[in-house]
Amino acid sequence: MTVQEADLVKKKPKRSGMKVILNGIFRENPIFVLVLGTCPTLAVTVSAYNGLGMGLATTFVLVCSNLVISLLRKIVPEKVRIPIYVTVIAAFVSIVQMIMTAWLPELNEALGVYIPLIVVNCIILARAEAFASKNNAWHSTMDGLGMGIGFTLALVIMGSIRELIGLGTVFGMSVFGAAYPQAIFFVLPAGGFLTFGFLIGAFNAIMTMNTRRTNRRERERRSAATAACSACPAKLICESAQNGDGIAPEKEAIGEERSE
Amino acid sequence: MIQAIFNSFIAAVFIENVILVRFLGICPFLGVSKKTKTAIGMGLAVTFVMAISSAITWLVQTYLLEALGLVYLQTVAFILVIAAIVQLVEMFLRKVSRPLYSALGVYLPLITTNCAVLGLSILNIQKDLNFLMSVLNGTFAGVGFMLAIVLFSGIRERLEYADTPAALKGFPSSLIAASLLSLAFFGFQGLQI
Repeated sequence: MTVQEADLVKKKPKRSGMKVILNGIFRENPIFVLVLGTCPTLAVTVSAYNGLGMGLATTFVLVCSNLVISLLRKIVPEKVRIPIYVTVIAAFVSIVQMIMTAWLPELNEALGVYIPLIVVNCIILARAEAFASKNNAWHSTMDGLGMGIGFTLALVIMGSIRELIGLGTVFGMSVFGAAYPQAIFFVLPAGGFLTFGFLIGAFNAIMTMNTRRTNRRERERRSAATAACSACPAKLICESAQNGDGIAPEKEAIGEERSE
Repeated sequence: MIQAIFNSFIAAVFIENVILVRFLGICPFLGVSKKTKTAIGMGLAVTFVMAISSAITWLVQTYLLEALGLVYLQTVAFILVIAAIVQLVEMFLRKVSRPLYSALGVYLPLITTNCAVLGLSILNIQKDLNFLMSVLNGTFAGVGFMLAIVLFSGIRERLEYADTPAALKGFPSSLIAASLLSLAFFGFQGLQI
């Protein structure tokens, strides 16, 4: 083994740990690229602070559940894995809920029902299924951290934009001065859909500009990833529902998908 | 009584529409709304499951969690109950009603991860509704879900042929259309009931 090769081997785990984090923030950003977990994204981003709170709560759950699920991956029987994952996730969500009720009652009030709803946030189950159940504990934790940071970043960006245009403030601090005519539309649900639509559009445009420089296959790969749902655990069922015109697939197929 | 039920209907379907005002169940709203036919199937399945899960989670909360002082287990208990209900409903439909099963069957597994079902169960408890009103609220919210997803699928069928900028194709343009639909529903906020 040459010195270079030995160097590579030594470096590898560290580098890929970092890579895994960056992957979650940019290339597979859960919100802008994978379009997972849209409900909390739209609902809580009326202000940057709420977005940050929601993002951090989700990150905590993602990191812990990825770690535990990765440690359990050799014990969990294939057939009942989803209920087990959901139980693990729900336990961590309950912990977050208790912490927030005790120490951050105002934020808890503002996020309301969306805190317990972290359980059904597709990102967490999708990462458990797609990553943590196949990788070691260290990489799974890093993946949870990367995805969590990517999610938090997206929520803070969304929250800042909506708060800035809607109320003229960011994190509660006035940006445009008191004379700013508030555009309440952006704080309403309708403004959430609009901001989200244009943000994904902008992300798409930037990605296409970037990939124009790289080769075509890479571009195709990325556009496939942009076609949302690609990482959702329910993707297969969704597609069969979409293409099957509402006709149920064969019994075996259902039995297989039931485990989802 | 009739008045209360009517008010609850208007509130759940229009004023507090699960999708367009409360932002619950956006994933199926965006994922299964490309064709009106599938949107109707999904809407019916959600209504069905919501009605049943509202009833059962209310019973679990009142007679199990509160009675035993285990309210902190609410999230864990509800998600497991809902997952079990969805599975049971599917098995039941497969045995009892073949036509209903072939109409709703494919959509049922999707519903476990639909945050509208869990969210509504929790909201029912938070609002302190009684048993009957919880079930009705669940059903009406399902109707609201169906209304929104069917309206939206109609818009999307048209949107397919629209000439949108490349970067806005697909999801972004759908979200912008959803924004307009949500704005229309915002008009119902002014209703006095």
